[in-house]
Amino acid sequence: MIKKEMIAMLLAGGQGSRLGVLTSKVAKPAVAFGAKYRIIDFPLSNCINSGVDTVGVLTQYQPLRLNSHIGIGIPWDLDRNIGGVTVLPPYEKLSNSEWYTGTANAIYQNLEYMESYHPEYVLILSGDHIYKMDYEIMLDSHKANNADVTIAVMPVPMEEAHRFGIMTTDDRGRIVKFEEKPENPKSNLASMGIYIFNWKTLKKALIDMAEQPALDFGKHVIPYCHRKGSSMFAYEFNGYWKDVGTLNSYWEANMELIDIVPEFNLYEEYWKIYTKSEIQPPQYFSSDSVVERSIIGEGTDIYGKVYNSVIGCGVTIGRDTVIRDSIIMNQTRIGDYCEINKAIVAEEVRIGNHVRLGVGQEVENDTAPHIYNHGIVTVGERSVIPNDITVGKNSVIFGITTSVDYEQGCLPGGKSLIKAGERQ
Amino acid sequence: MRAIGIVLAGGNNRRMRELSQRRAVCAMPIAGSYRSIDFTLSNMSNSHIQKVAVLTQYNAGSLNEHLSSSKWWDFGRKQGGLYVFTPVATAENSTWYRGTADAIFQNLDFLKNSHEPYVVVASGDCVYKMDFNKVLEYHISKGADITVVCRDMGEGVNLERFGTVRMNEESRIEEFEEKPLHAKSRVISCGIYILRRRHLIEMIEKCAEEDRYDFVRDILIRYKDVKKIFGYKIRDYWRNIASVEDYYGTNMDFLRPEVRGYFFRQYPDIYSRVDDLAPAKYNVGASVRNSLISSGCIVNGVVENSVIFKESYIGNNCVIKNSIILNDVYIGDNTYIENCIVESRGTIRANSRYVGENGQIRIVVERNERYTM
Repeated sequence: MIKKEMIAMLLAGGQGSRLGVLTSKVAKPAVAFGAKYRIIDFPLSNCINSGVDTVGVLTQYQPLRLNSHIGIGIPWDLDRNIGGVTVLPPYEKLSNSEWYTGTANAIYQNLEYMESYHPEYVLILSGDHIYKMDYEIMLDSHKANNADVTIAVMPVPMEEAHRFGIMTTDDRGRIVKFEEKPENPKSNLASMGIYIFNWKTLKKALIDMAEQPALDFGKHVIPYCHRKGSSMFAYEFNGYWKDVGTLNSYWEANMELIDIVPEFNLYEEYWKIYTKSEIQPPQYFSSDSVVERSIIGEGTDIYGKVYNSVIGCGVTIGRDTVIRDSIIMNQTRIGDYCEINKAIVAEEVRIGNHVRLGVGQEVENDTAPHIYNHGIVTVGERSVIPNDITVGKNSVIFGITTSVDYEQGCLPGGKSLIKAGERQ
Repeated sequence: MRAIGIVLAGGNNRRMRELSQRRAVCAMPIAGSYRSIDFTLSNMSNSHIQKVAVLTQYNAGSLNEHLSSSKWWDFGRKQGGLYVFTPVATAENSTWYRGTADAIFQNLDFLKNSHEPYVVVASGDCVYKMDFNKVLEYHISKGADITVVCRDMGEGVNLERFGTVRMNEESRIEEFEEKPLHAKSRVISCGIYILRRRHLIEMIEKCAEEDRYDFVRDILIRYKDVKKIFGYKIRDYWRNIASVEDYYGTNMDFLRPEVRGYFFRQYPDIYSRVDDLAPAKYNVGASVRNSLISSGCIVNGVVENSVIFKESYIGNNCVIKNSIILNDVYIGDNTYIENCIVESRGTIRANSRYVGENGQIRIVVERNERYTM
């Protein structure tokens, strides 16, 4: 009989709609981060570094990039004879075939997968946070407390507490109260969306709650366990943890990596972050290039000037082009004499010559100001921007654009230019 | 593909000076992110050769570490795989490999137990891209016994350490000179051979009976009038790295866009072991011109016309010019380095100065205490 003490279930099916066009073609966990990584690399690396070698990855929204990135798990040493990584999409059943309707519903639909490993504990993770965490220490705390459920929490500023699931604990760390996004929070310990369940507790809760539409951990399963008197503990985490759910927080988290000694250090030997490296050559800098306060991925050629930026792998930055405060993802090519300010340019984008992004006054975005803000210009993946174009702040471009799409060669600030159609 | 591969990776060369003390030539780091043997292994993998033996002998530590998994070159298959053969003492034999032919002889079972009709024999100390299928097609169309890959080196290259060949108009090799003091031909053998497996076994066994051990001297040269040995001429980039000058030159070649384009951006790729290093980082004060920088590096100083390998740290106010910094080197602040090759895992104290004078490449081996956070 196969037996694993703890297996992990990694929720990677969400769209992450607040990342705007960045997630129009890929699920949020597959979005590039920190020059050469994808967001899902962080929880996957944490798993293997914590000794968790059996991971089910639940996918649903746009899974192609995620599937090809994970493969059979070679980069994370998760290619195992027993266990390893398994991608779990929703599947057709004799009765009641449905999509994953909520976080806990997705887990419920894979009871069989978990059962096959006969685990003692199940670790529930989400694929959209940047952090390093030893789940084994969390498990130790779970065992020491004799808990049924342990929820990782971290202190957040009191004024932001209303955005999170807030735990109130007694002096031993036992959770006495749980409120999802409370108006008047009693505590500032926010749930990080990381749970350890005793397998029996989880299984019973999921089966009992199976009929609940859009079954969700925060909204339904945790309150259910609380009601039933399960022994629930908080595990306080004080390291670096960043939610990259909005364009601005995504931009900030990337920019934090270029500090002299970043709070989140990728250069540590003993807790490496692994990723699938498709591109291996070194970076080339031409005789006229300038680079300062930046991190850059493999195989990138820089002919221009790069300041305060995060540049991915296989990128080309043309002559006399100046990049500032921007994120440029893998395989994008930027022409000559461009000026790119505070932009997020997704993968495989082609930008012509004499293109200026992020110029002028900040104007509120006219279609989705809650997504496109903080002056960031966002360019979706595989987009094309022709020569001689000027683009204002808080704007978004997606698709194959030609000069006729720009009035007098200009996209004013706050405008969205989204075109359908595929680039060949 | 209907061939198996043998990579000759046992060699050392005193022309590598201090660099060879640490590792076999085949394990020398190349072009920032690779090692010499990656080129031959990737070529074999890209030519769909599935079963490859690497014969190692001299200081194979870092080579073995590099070959720790066959998956990097996609050799991790049920059918085939990557085999590393180091000399072993057996009931019949207790000697080291006494030469290239002897190395193959001592592992003859590998050849005997394979079923593919052809063998590609190649050395692991050359930087090139090659589709061995094309060479095999040529070999078959010529009805050759042995095909030797050759290249015209043109004038101005010292051929003293190569084997030179002279071919007739049908490309049959008529003359073969090993390491000539005065080369009569500008065409050299690239150390890549294709021949029938059974044929190789036969010749190697014969060699062993006669106590002959060298593939070039005792097979190619000795049999050149008896066997049909043809030359397959290549014009593409090819360079052997087994001298300090050529090693330095090969790395500097990668600063040229056409060489980078050929190796890095043209299909198929060259593969190497994945090290999972963080992206390279450039702090305030960094200035990098006409240089290659690899992942895991942290740059705080000036780098010009240089190749910096993986995981190196370059301190504040440093100046690195026309130099090669190998893997995992720590360079303290205010250091000046010009025309040097800095050996891997070195630690260079702050305020040092190393200059290779009179056009000579200086090799810097520094083993100081390193204090890091």
